[in-house]
Amino acid sequence: MRKLFTFHGGIHPPQHKALSTHVPITRAPLPSLLVVPLRQHIGAAAKLRVRPGDPILKGQRIGDADNAVSAAVHAPTSGRVVAVEPRPVAHPSGLPDTCVMIAPDGEERWIAHAPLDYSALPPSMVLDHLRDNGVVGLGGAVFPTHIKLNPGGGAIHTLVINGAECEPWITSDDMLMRERAAGIVRGIHIIRHLLEPTETVIGIEDNKPEAIAAMQAACDGHPIEVAAIPTLYPTGGEKQLIKVLTGKEVPSGGRAYQIGVICMNVATAYTIYRAIDHGEPVISRIVTITGNVQSPQNAEVLLGTPLKDLIALAGGALPGTQRYLMGGPMMGLELSATEIPVVKASNCFIAVSARHFPPPPPALPCIRCTRCASVCPVDLRPYELYWFARGNNFGKAQEYSLFDCIECGGCDYVCPSHIPLVQYYRFAKSEIWAQEKDKRAADKARQHHEFRQFRLEREKTEKAKKHAKATAGASSGDDKKAAIQAAVARAQAKKSAITPKNTDNLPPQAQEAIAAIDARRGQPRDASISPLSGADREEDTMKPAATHQETGEER
Amino acid sequence: MSSPHIAQAPSVGHIMTRVLLALTPAIAAYVYAFGTAILISLTIATLTAILAESFMLRLRRYPILPFLRDGSAVVTAWLLALALPPLAPWWLIVIGVAFALIVAKHLYGGLGNNLFNPAMVGFAVLMISFPAYMNHWLAPAALAQAHLSFGGELRYMFSGALPPGIHLDAINMATPLDTLRTELHRQLTVGEIMKLPIYTAIGGQGSMLIAFATLLGGLYLLFTRIISWHVPVAFLGGLFLIASAFYTGDPSRFAAPWFHLMAGGAMLGAFFIATDPVSGATTPRGKLIFGLGIGLLTYIIRALGGYPDGVAFAVLLMNAAVPLIDAYTQPPVFGQKEDAP
Repeated sequence: MRKLFTFHGGIHPPQHKALSTHVPITRAPLPSLLVVPLRQHIGAAAKLRVRPGDPILKGQRIGDADNAVSAAVHAPTSGRVVAVEPRPVAHPSGLPDTCVMIAPDGEERWIAHAPLDYSALPPSMVLDHLRDNGVVGLGGAVFPTHIKLNPGGGAIHTLVINGAECEPWITSDDMLMRERAAGIVRGIHIIRHLLEPTETVIGIEDNKPEAIAAMQAACDGHPIEVAAIPTLYPTGGEKQLIKVLTGKEVPSGGRAYQIGVICMNVATAYTIYRAIDHGEPVISRIVTITGNVQSPQNAEVLLGTPLKDLIALAGGALPGTQRYLMGGPMMGLELSATEIPVVKASNCFIAVSARHFPPPPPALPCIRCTRCASVCPVDLRPYELYWFARGNNFGKAQEYSLFDCIECGGCDYVCPSHIPLVQYYRFAKSEIWAQEKDKRAADKARQHHEFRQFRLEREKTEKAKKHAKATAGASSGDDKKAAIQAAVARAQAKKSAITPKNTDNLPPQAQEAIAAIDARRGQPRDASISPLSGADREEDTMKPAATHQETGEER
Repeated sequence: MSSPHIAQAPSVGHIMTRVLLALTPAIAAYVYAFGTAILISLTIATLTAILAESFMLRLRRYPILPFLRDGSAVVTAWLLALALPPLAPWWLIVIGVAFALIVAKHLYGGLGNNLFNPAMVGFAVLMISFPAYMNHWLAPAALAQAHLSFGGELRYMFSGALPPGIHLDAINMATPLDTLRTELHRQLTVGEIMKLPIYTAIGGQGSMLIAFATLLGGLYLLFTRIISWHVPVAFLGGLFLIASAFYTGDPSRFAAPWFHLMAGGAMLGAFFIATDPVSGATTPRGKLIFGLGIGLLTYIIRALGGYPDGVAFAVLLMNAAVPLIDAYTQPPVFGQKEDAP
């Protein structure tokens, strides 16, 4: 038996898992329209490579990995691209995102694909293959797998496979382990080939005895250990699971590979196996559809299948359904529409009714009872963070390690005052991000300003130098005077060239008087026009233009 | 709505109800040892609390019912009533509870924002303003020369009138802590003082029973996880240790440590007052320091200070130190521990 460790805190919310595990994984029927978002992972959205009207094959790449942190997206079935347009997707912002709309032809014609002989290839090519087959972490964070498997630097001594599935209601990993343990183990082999860890351990919460038995049977004869770990939310958090299985803590703000550990979800291992041994990209996943539906179950669902098709598959929503969640009740996302499609991150959909999800009572003031702190898996002081977030004291919130919060919701769950604590942390985090962005912009603007001041100063001194040089020349002063006189003469000539229209038929005395007045007027006015002030004025008009150009360039 | 989407049932109201429930053994012991007067003062305190709380909530434009239902005002009222002399005049209770809720609680920002324990603020105000009334304790039933009926108690509390033929001294008596203090001033040794009839039980007649009943309620709070062990253990441990040190040094001038644990407000303070989450320290180490400080200060005030009991002042002094204690006892968060790899 492996020595297990504990992390601080944790909670035991009601499980509700048995609801969706008494039927085997079903296969969702082909929907009439697939909505495939180009952003199904952390990082940059995939770069579109099809156009509306294009015929496509099952497994055909419709989006390329567009960046260092990105992954490809594929057509889940054969058919035709009918549109590429923004559609509502599962995102906290509720904003639509670019999706490829595919009308299936029902023939499920595959694109040519073949297994990859990974043992004969350099690791980088295997990783590229995973990227191009859209393999990302299916545990929830959807981080591109090819990056995670390429930690660089120090050696990885422990490979942790995450089969904890600690969120209530969700059973997709459980059912995958029960039914497809051999495939998961094949995937683990491929990861082991790439990372060469000294030990490999699968952590499964002990509320899944069938999955533990299936994985143990599949791992028989392999250097992979299956560890049954105590059921405690959030054991499935990467850092928490690593602590439980290895006793090591990933440093605050750091990543697991820094302590020689890589953690992979079981479903990710399974897709790695499909991508390598069958050459199949990630076009489907196991999804739990549960809650207030007729027949809760797990189904293998094509990515892009709208939620409403899944609800229909589960026999429809029962009366009293108020809304739908994607993910579990602790960290899941409320969906704005049933048109929202299944994506790589969709492990579970829950139809929410008041019976299992009673509306929270109104929030009362915090009484500093510290129940939140006693359940925090990161050992934070949630009540202090709440206090700081409420008071917009973001510096203090950061000092109290706000950014170590994993938003597991444990504090919220136990709060006797029913304060939506996690919302306050999200608010504080986004405010801090916004402030830092503003600060960066302000710093840049200040740098621009300082540089401009410096440049103007420099130009002034250069001008002064030039001027000094010019005045050093003997005749330069006379030249200037001559130029001034010439200008005055030009102006007078111009003025005399203009003939006043109503002076033609005037008597000679009147004409003389006008001439005298004109002469009187002209004298002082001409004298006031000095070339120096003219130059000054010119410079003034130039200034804003120059500033504008400068900011336009450098921003 | 954002995650999480579920919540555990217990609310502030549940917690406060449990605290009130945990106080019932102590109240029963009070009735047994000192008669029914405590029930009258609890009733006066409760009614005052509801009125004062509603009044302040209304002034502050808060919804009255949800906040009244949290039960915190009644808890404050009961704790103060249990700390006052059982046969206190009605206005003493009203002033104490009203001050506790209006000034110490609501003027500081209401539930969750008060720096000082409201019940102890109320107690301190009465102690300083009306010291004579605060020392009028009922004699334990076993020692009293005369007994008041329930009606007699009621009449005395509201009018100050006693039935003909009964003198105040016949029903009243100094508390064991007060007696100890007075007799020590008269140059008696602790050994001699402890031979007085009031000390036939540890902590004094009546006190021991009440202390054990309070302990019972405290253990209930501990096992239902309403409170953590840190503060009571540190408080009683600190009190015991310092009392032992003095007692070992000069047993003729300092009472035994077990006497101090049973006497006065030690048990009530350790399990019900110092454990107030709002005004107490919040980190595990901070709670230990906070409790220890109260234990030490309680003894220092009792043995060397100017008041017979020191729990209230010790709690208030340590309340003032809470922000500092909390700031310096923050535990390291996950991945920031020094031994982290």
